[in-house]
Amino acid sequence: MKLPPFEVHRPSSLHNASRLLRDMGSEAVPINGGTELLLAMKLGLAQYAHLVDLKRIPELRGVRRVGSGLAVGAGMTHRELESSRSIAEAVAEMPRMLAEIANVRVRSVGTIGGNLCFADPHSDPATFLSAIEATLVLGDGSTSRRVPVDEFFLGAYETKLEPGELLVEVTVPAVPTGTGAAHVRMKVHERPTVTVAAKVMVERDTIVRARLVVGSVCGTPVLPQAIDKLIGAPRAAWSERVREVAALSAAAVAPVADAEGSSRYKQALVEVFVRRALDAALSNAQGMTR
Amino acid sequence: MSTVITATINGRAFRGEVEDHELLLDFLREDLGLIGARQSCEVEVCGSCTVLVDGLPVSSCCYLACDLDGKVVETIEGLVGTPFHEVLSDAFVRHGAVQCGYCTPAMVLTAKSLFFDDLLKDEESVKKAMRGNLCRCTGYRAILDALMDIAASEPTVELRAQA
Repeated sequence: MKLPPFEVHRPSSLHNASRLLRDMGSEAVPINGGTELLLAMKLGLAQYAHLVDLKRIPELRGVRRVGSGLAVGAGMTHRELESSRSIAEAVAEMPRMLAEIANVRVRSVGTIGGNLCFADPHSDPATFLSAIEATLVLGDGSTSRRVPVDEFFLGAYETKLEPGELLVEVTVPAVPTGTGAAHVRMKVHERPTVTVAAKVMVERDTIVRARLVVGSVCGTPVLPQAIDKLIGAPRAAWSERVREVAALSAAAVAPVADAEGSSRYKQALVEVFVRRALDAALSNAQGMTR
Repeated sequence: MSTVITATINGRAFRGEVEDHELLLDFLREDLGLIGARQSCEVEVCGSCTVLVDGLPVSSCCYLACDLDGKVVETIEGLVGTPFHEVLSDAFVRHGAVQCGYCTPAMVLTAKSLFFDDLLKDEESVKKAMRGNLCRCTGYRAILDALMDIAASEPTVELRAQA
């Protein structure tokens, strides 16, 4: 399989990349690792005459501490982040989530920004970052705006990015003591069949905040309302409430049937994985190891 | 459109023009005659086309040749004659970790990257790194045995320092 001909442009600043993309319109697309884009182009699912390579743009690189959290450059590879000490310190679950993406070769070149912007419905980072309330900084070199991860996705392969706008960095808040995050998933092939991520905050044996995101089953990650049933739950009621939330969440999502399974099968998976994610998040909140 | 690239390929300096849309796999096999990288699934899943770029395994089937500019590339042909190859091929032969051989160059290269990452330790780390390389003869046990055998060996400790 060969790629159709195209021209690669290599801007060295965000401003120039943005201008190239704006000037060339729908003929152009940004590329970083290319693990998803080149694949889609090889299979004839996407066609562009111009590729704007973002690998030489310094603004997209690095991991900076911002308060107790982190600003992660969109051009950082999964592998770089998987082995980053500052990430492990701020969000212990994140390196584990990253280490499960696809395979070692995809992680060598694929980037966190590329994963989010390609907006494949089967995405662990999208689900996890949404659960831990990460924010995306979108910009063009002169202006920028912030969008919470869960508002970034408009549909499968569709995001809020405007023409010429690029994802610059991902702001990752630290998960403080007393709060537990968890990420569980199942995969049969390279992409996850189901991904569930959760974040819960526990004070004096009572759940005071809870957030749940079900990913990889619908066009975009979804946040089941049923999670509110955990708020105020004393420890004695956790197990029962978790089961209730899992059943209600499974009933509320409408999974897309595909090669990974039927809609009903995926609903059954959602119930099991919501339960596991919440159990894990609760034990992480109490500093217990799974 | 084409781009002039400068790269180190199997220890030798390369400077030349590549088409912007040329894939690394085709560049290696067709332009340079380095056929150790195999063409198989073509969708980054099977791992047969693995080569090392700056020490890291990549799927050459979905990597642009023009992205090699300034990089160091290693294919199985470049590994032959190095101490890494000696240790790895020795272990593979000893454990019968080769059946049809189609996936073997890629297996050996991914295994070499474990020295670089210092992952050639416990079976869990090795499995995690190697699970993206498929063997259709399903010779996984022998491959894992070969790698675990050399994990604690003296040459491995020395090579880790060199990687």
